[in-house]
Parts: sequence; C-alpha cells; structure tokens
Amino acid sequence: MEFIVISLIKAAVVLAVLLTTLAYLQWVERKVIAHIQVRPGPYRVGPHGLLQPLADVIKLITKEDLMPPHASKLLFVAAPFISVTTALISISVIPFGPAITVAGHRTWMQLTDLSMGVLFVLAVSSMGVYGIALAGWASNNKYALLGGLRSSAQMISYELPLSLAIASPLLLSNTLSLRELVESQSATGSVLSWNILHGPFPQIFSFVIFLISAFAETNRIPFDLPEAENELVAGYHTEYSGFKFAMFYLGEYVGVTLNSAMLLFLGGWVAPWPAAYGSGLVPTLLFAAAGVIALSHGLRPARRRDRYSLPVFGIVFLAIAVLFLLPVVQGWLLPLFWFLAKTGALLFTFIWVRGTLPRFRYDQLMGFAWKFLFPIAVVNLLVTGLLVAWFS
Amino acid sequence: MDGILFLIFAVVAVLCGINVVVQTHPISSAISLIGVMGSLAVLYLLLGAEFLAVAQVIVYAGAVMVLFVFVIMLLNAGAEARKGRSFMVQLLGVPLLVALLGLLAYFVQRLFPQTVLVQFGKFTGGGAREVGRALFTTYLLPFEVTSVLILIAILGAIVLARKELE
Repeated sequence: MEFIVISLIKAAVVLAVLLTTLAYLQWVERKVIAHIQVRPGPYRVGPHGLLQPLADVIKLITKEDLMPPHASKLLFVAAPFISVTTALISISVIPFGPAITVAGHRTWMQLTDLSMGVLFVLAVSSMGVYGIALAGWASNNKYALLGGLRSSAQMISYELPLSLAIASPLLLSNTLSLRELVESQSATGSVLSWNILHGPFPQIFSFVIFLISAFAETNRIPFDLPEAENELVAGYHTEYSGFKFAMFYLGEYVGVTLNSAMLLFLGGWVAPWPAAYGSGLVPTLLFAAAGVIALSHGLRPARRRDRYSLPVFGIVFLAIAVLFLLPVVQGWLLPLFWFLAKTGALLFTFIWVRGTLPRFRYDQLMGFAWKFLFPIAVVNLLVTGLLVAWFS
Repeated sequence: MDGILFLIFAVVAVLCGINVVVQTHPISSAISLIGVMGSLAVLYLLLGAEFLAVAQVIVYAGAVMVLFVFVIMLLNAGAEARKGRSFMVQLLGVPLLVALLGLLAYFVQRLFPQTVLVQFGKFTGGGAREVGRALFTTYLLPFEVTSVLILIAILGAIVLARKELE
C-alpha cells in the first residue's frame, strides 16, 4: 500500500515537473534560436516572454480540432496518443538521483528500476515510430504520407547505430539497469570514471554516434526531413491541428529530453569531481554569480521594464544559491542539480545545432547512417568488447 | 494477479490474432499483429523471461512490424475485396477447425501431463546474463548457424535488388 502511494506521488511529481519543463523548453529553444539569429525572440507576453508557453498552451487547447475527409478516423485519433504515450512511458525508468529519505520514507529518485532498463527504453522508443507512420498514413494526404514514410525509414536506419552505441558503455558497466549504470560510474566520484572517459576504452566515439543518432531518432535538424517544410509542408502532422498537433510536439520534446537524460556516458547524477574538492559549491557559485549579474544590470536598466524584472530575477537566483547551502536539502538537491545540468547542456546542444546546421539531403541522410555511422559503431563495439575481455 | 493478467493478455492475443485474418485492410491486419506481438511479450514477462519479452518487443513489434507497415504504406495497398467463398470452405471450414483444435488439445494433454504445471514466478533464468550464457555455451552452434543463415538472406536480398537495377 505504501509502495503504491509513494509511486503515485512520485509519478505525479515527475509528470508535473516534466510537462512544465517541456513547455518552458520551447520558450528556451525560441529564445536561444532568436539570439543565434540576432533578434529578441518572444518578448511580449510577460517579462522576457516568460508567459508565452502558457499562452501557447491555451491557444493550442482552444483551437478547432479538424478531421480531414476520408481519413482513417480511429488511426488518425490514435496516432498522436501513441506518439506521446511511448515517449512518456520511457521516462519512468530514468534515474534522477540517488536514494533519499522524505518524511521517514526512504525512496529512490526514480519511478522504477528495471533489470532491463536500457532495453526497455529502446523497446518503447522503437514503438514510437508507429505514432508518426500511422499519422502520415491515416491523414489521407500525400505530403503526410511521404513524411511518415521518410520518418519510419529514417528511424529504422538510425536505430541500429543508436543501439550499437548504447551497447558499448553497457560492456564497461556490465549491467542493463539504468540505476546500476549510474552507480558504476560513480566509483571514484570523479569525471574519470564516467563511461565517456573510463578505461579500458573511453566511449567518446559511441557518445558522438549516440548523439548524432538521437538527432535523427527525434526528427530534429539536421535530420528533420519528415517535416521538411519546403518540400512537405509539415510532413506527417500536416493535417493535425489544435491539441493533437500539440501532442506530436510534446512527443518530440519528450524524446529529445529522454535522449539527453539517457546519461549512459556522462555519469547521471554524479558530480564531475568529489565533494571533498568543493563540487558541492558549484551550484551556489553559479546561481550567486547569475544573481549578482542580474542585480547589477537591474540597477542600470537598458530598457524600462528591466527596472523591475531583473532585480526580481537576481533576488530569486540569490535565494536559490542560499538554498544549495542548506545541509537539509543538499542531499537530494545536489544530485538533481548535476542531473539537470548535464541534461540541460545536452538539450542546449540540440537547440544550438538546430540554429546552426542546414538540413541533410535524403540520400545523404541514408548514406550517412548505413555507410558511415553503422560501420563505425560496429568497430567501436568490437574494440570495446576486445579490450574489456583483455583487461578483465 | 499473475493468473488474471495471463488470462487478459491471452484473450487479447487470440482476439488480435483472429482480427488479423478478419480485417480486410492490410494496415488494420498489421496493427492487430502488433497487438499479438505485444500480448505475447507480456505473457513471456509473466513467465519470468524478461529478456525474451523485451527482445520480442524490440525485434518483432518494433522492427519487423514497422517494416511491414512501411511496405504497406509504400505500396499504398487498398482494402481487399471480399470474394465469394467456395462451397467446400463453407461446408468443411468449421468442422475442420474444431477437429484441429481438438487434436491440438489432445496432444498438449498427452505431451504435458498434469504433473508439470506452469507456475508463475518459478522460472528465474530469463535475464540477459542467463540467456547470453546459454547462447554462447549450450546453443553456440545453432546460434552461429542462424547468424550465417540470416547473412545469406541479406546477401540474397542484395543480389535480387542488384539484378533489378541492371
């Protein structure tokens, strides 16, 4: 009974935090892309456009829900649900932090730990193709069909290098459970025991292969051919509007977050160097610096509205900095900070790449997967296996 | 709990299996087949074969069936028309089906007597470690022969595709 209650509470917290983060991730993406392209980005709704995600959600929910004529009704409705559900289910095995004690109950900062965790994520995300493929087929639209076809071909192709790249760090850590994977990388408590740098064969190559394949799996630039707007209007979600369209969007963002959160290589919630050398002070220093900068800019505002918004941000940042110093919350806040910092860095890379790289041509995309990534991933796996066998 | 889940997913598997045959549109049949694969994976999981369950989803539901759906979409196959069934099928179909099911039940009864009842949660050798060890020791030869067989199939596919190009 206690297990069920705790699990329900954890699921509710994870879902609420995740959905809010995703809404704001879209704001972050628009802001970052805007700054890359030297424009301010969303700025009208709330200070610095901070209420824009809320406005977008209201807009998407209240929009008219259209159904194209001669569409396959059941599949047309089911496709976005498949897309979101498969993406959300995989979050349940992601470990956010170590075991913590809340009000006398000891629990893990993870919904559940499966002995097949990594394979479970692969299995569920391989089911996500159906959402996109069926959406393209059920829409009764040539652009949508082509987008769905492209997407399924691309996701099948890139799943191979992705799985092979994931297999190599598993050889080093000798487990399939995501929690044990992270724990095996915290052996010395420093960056050297992360799989990306850990001997006998550092997984730097498989990390790069994983990252490239993750871009393709989530249909993002430079591999966003399924929704290439100059060729296919919007690809598989051409006919979708309102909340169903939002669900595809959500599915894509969850996929991106999930791929970033698959910290097989970067040591999960583990700090990059031991707390004895002051890794626990990093968040405090970072937030304090951000607070001081915001305050000093707020005192000499460049625009009139900054007079109020920047000092408020500065005080909030300083409060967070102090929060990280409290020993009561440090136990779970610090691992969470490192987890979010690593995930955030990877998410920023996703957005950064979107702002800088052009789209691949379709034959280049397929050739790249089969003639370059796949052989390299196989060689990487072979070398890793040989070295692990040699040194163990 | 295990028994209830087994019954639910066994029924779902059978219903989806029937639906594969009954549906006239290839896509609907393919989706029903995915349902069969998924229910089978749950049945494996209930019996303690975790690795097999996940492999079932990854390989069959996630790869093979995606290719099926992909090909159906690519060929843009329409719904099959129901043709008039032959007199023999209408006359003998149901009796033959009943006879087949009866024979199957009889042989299952004969081969697996009551003493070897399947029990949920008794089997623990279904993890990746155990399956890997079995594949590379006890079943090494069949495993390697199967991989060569698949390689031959891939080569055959390439040869056929090249012929078409020329």
